[in-house]
Amino acid sequence: MLKSTFVGKSVPRKEALSKITGAAKYIDDLSFPGMIHGVTVRSPVARGRLKKISFEGDLPWNEITQVTAKDIPGENCVAVILKEQPMLVDGMINHPEEPIVLLAHPDRALLEKARKNVKFEIEALPSVLSIDDALSKKAVVWGSDNILKSYLVEKGDISQAFAEADLIVEGEYTTGAQEQLYIEPNGMIAVANPKDGVTVWGSLQCPFYVHKALKTLFGLPDDKIRVIQVETGGGFGGKEDYPSLIAGHAALLAWKSGRPVKIIYDRAEDMAATTKRHPSRTRHKTAVTKEGKILGMDIDFVLDGGAYLTLSSVVLSRGTIHAPGPYVVPHVRIKSAAVATNTPPHGAFRGFGAPQSIFALERHLDVVAARLGLSPEEIRRRNFIHQGQQTATSQTIKEPVDFDKLMDRAFEMSHYHSKIKRFEIENKTSPIKKGIGFAAFMHGSGFTGSGEVYLASVAGVEATSEGRIRVLASSTEIGQGKNTVFAQIVADALCVDVGLVDVAQPDTSVVPNSGPTVASRTTSVVGKLVEDAAKGLQATLRQSGFLGESYTSAQFQEACLVYLEKFGSLKTLSQYKAPPGIFWDDEKYRGDAYGTFAWAVYVAEVSVDTRTFEVKVDDFVAVQEIGRVVNPLLAQGQIEGGVIQALGYAIYENVIWKDGRMANNRMTNYIIPTTMDVPRVQVHFEEVPYAYGAAGSKGIGELPMDGPAPAVINAIAHATGGDFKHIPLMPEDLMRILT
Amino acid sequence: MKPTHFVLNGKKTEIASPPMSRLLDVLREELHLTGTKEGCGEGECGACSVLIDGEVVNSCLVPLAQVEGAEVRTIEGVIEDPRFKVLQSEFVAHGGAQCGICTPGMIVSSASLLEKNPHPRRDEIENALAGNLCRCTGYSKIIDSVEAASK
Repeated sequence: MLKSTFVGKSVPRKEALSKITGAAKYIDDLSFPGMIHGVTVRSPVARGRLKKISFEGDLPWNEITQVTAKDIPGENCVAVILKEQPMLVDGMINHPEEPIVLLAHPDRALLEKARKNVKFEIEALPSVLSIDDALSKKAVVWGSDNILKSYLVEKGDISQAFAEADLIVEGEYTTGAQEQLYIEPNGMIAVANPKDGVTVWGSLQCPFYVHKALKTLFGLPDDKIRVIQVETGGGFGGKEDYPSLIAGHAALLAWKSGRPVKIIYDRAEDMAATTKRHPSRTRHKTAVTKEGKILGMDIDFVLDGGAYLTLSSVVLSRGTIHAPGPYVVPHVRIKSAAVATNTPPHGAFRGFGAPQSIFALERHLDVVAARLGLSPEEIRRRNFIHQGQQTATSQTIKEPVDFDKLMDRAFEMSHYHSKIKRFEIENKTSPIKKGIGFAAFMHGSGFTGSGEVYLASVAGVEATSEGRIRVLASSTEIGQGKNTVFAQIVADALCVDVGLVDVAQPDTSVVPNSGPTVASRTTSVVGKLVEDAAKGLQATLRQSGFLGESYTSAQFQEACLVYLEKFGSLKTLSQYKAPPGIFWDDEKYRGDAYGTFAWAVYVAEVSVDTRTFEVKVDDFVAVQEIGRVVNPLLAQGQIEGGVIQALGYAIYENVIWKDGRMANNRMTNYIIPTTMDVPRVQVHFEEVPYAYGAAGSKGIGELPMDGPAPAVINAIAHATGGDFKHIPLMPEDLMRILT
Repeated sequence: MKPTHFVLNGKKTEIASPPMSRLLDVLREELHLTGTKEGCGEGECGACSVLIDGEVVNSCLVPLAQVEGAEVRTIEGVIEDPRFKVLQSEFVAHGGAQCGICTPGMIVSSASLLEKNPHPRRDEIENALAGNLCRCTGYSKIIDSVEAASK
């Protein structure tokens, strides 16, 4: 292990002060000479054929830049996994809010009037608006069967499990959509012309995703497209794929008008048009012995993908692999599918399919335990996976994993056992029913399966002419602490002061492609590349004879400057290599799904007022093993924030759909937790360094989104005796179920 | 157009924008004070919090005409006030800022609280920040920051 001076310490966030003072520049804070504004005119219907566009009203249309599909210089698509989603509607409309026409003008008030005066003649076509409608082929809106993607995972022989079972328990669980609600809405500024190509600045997570989309849209070579991420006010996955559309739109308007164009979504547009968490339906059929040993899990997992494939195949993949949880089960069959509906495409959102399938399993196991007359604790303890055992994809767990210890710690911190006894007595005489529940779960670090190998990410470090070190990666700071964590990792790898390390602004003309900022991969996977590159730079300096075995930060700087003077540049890059012994079979969906997993047990304590059906989460304990903790303060911030976002998912955040469109697309009627709604989250880390993660780290960002919903709903079930199978669980649902 | 007069961050200011312009737009676009952010445009999220005569308001809901003769303070003014420097250092120390977009609004609301109540209880801090939404932190580290600043 490296000597740690900064790793493991709560080094303050690098950009904290600029954010606190309001000096940090987000996309809407930037303005360019001659810049005009752009807006998007969108589909009013869920599905139909566009017959005619007309520009009506007494408006100076000759002054307003107008862009439709026919103005696209290259391919009319958003290139992500496939190229199936158009950048602008050309004929077929497949969801409400689908972009059809773009307008730009210096006067935003005039643009608003213009937007309302673009009229469409549309031949409406039958639409599919739910998972059930898609599966029953009420209309066929995608391929021949509305199936965007499906997987089958098999281990052992599920029929044998059912034959040997003492008890078979079935259950169906559903989860609603969840709005991202980053506080900074999406936005982009573009400069584009045939001579210089296309440059965009924006609020985004994945600069090279946007780069690929623009390259395809304009038919330009790599070096004619430049994407720069500016300070980004939250992402959560919501700024993973959708920014490619906004960048494309702003660039098309800039290309046609010859002026810089800024597009900033207002809140209502952002909520109605951009991606949300996939709604889901999970059916479980579980075979158990009377002692509580799980013999088999037969799982049917379906996601509503919305109108285009976008990222649904990979979201489905993660949800599928996480569906059987952290248990060792001899016989498993998981059939999963993402189906097409005529709603805006659902997309990446922290957890990426896992929160849906983990909610179903962890809720279901409480039901199975009750049927067996066991406690929720016992059924888990009898089935937890251990080192050397195999997951549902037949991945052997190579690192130590001690769920009993995590559970003991979580129960101790939450006073789980004493509270169960206390609530049993107190609930008899009180209209406020108290309950306590938990969930045990895992989250895979980095891309699924062969994803990291295909990405082949590159990151690096260089010495600057000021004798400072600069980290080069396309990974973005979106609030999670990437800048700080990379600086800590590099400082320790180089044995220099953390203050000597800068992190380059992600700009595709400057930084290598270290992959997207997603999948809990930035600290652990990209951080490892950065760490290796730093060690390479140190070795280069030593081989050159300018750096001794031990040195001070000042001597290191001096060595860099001498090297630069002699050789001109000092820069090292490192490319991803899979840890040894990793194998994944994409065909059979079998093998090492992830390099490693983070493991967790979360406990929630609730009060349910049986007169008003209001639920309050009184206490929350989050115990997890995430490898080595690089920065405790930032890591706690990730866990606390993720838990509260997931409490919203469980009991507050209800997306209401009307004809395929979000009906409550405002902050006044889509409610997220406030300071008044949240408990203090007690966070505890068990640290088991992971050999192939930067400084021993594993992924962390998504983990806290997975466990809180089942923990809270299990607690509400414990308090009330209700049988809850759907989130969000709103007070009106509670009233209906309990009365 | 008849100009609107007000005191902005301690300085007399005169602006000849339409009287129904949103104060938020005037601050950001006419006066280039971009520390005040827009999160929702309908007074729900608090990212655009400013102080008008010492009270926290959402500047997206305030027409310019309404600040005639008033004293307006934005994040740019609040951070210059020596009384509130401690808020900055405690937000850094306690991890009160993550993505940062809600943070200027949080600082403005916290400053207003500490002006009226220099040693608030934790529940008083929660109450004072109830109109400022954050999607990253889960709030505890923000409340910790304000609590530390009040000690």
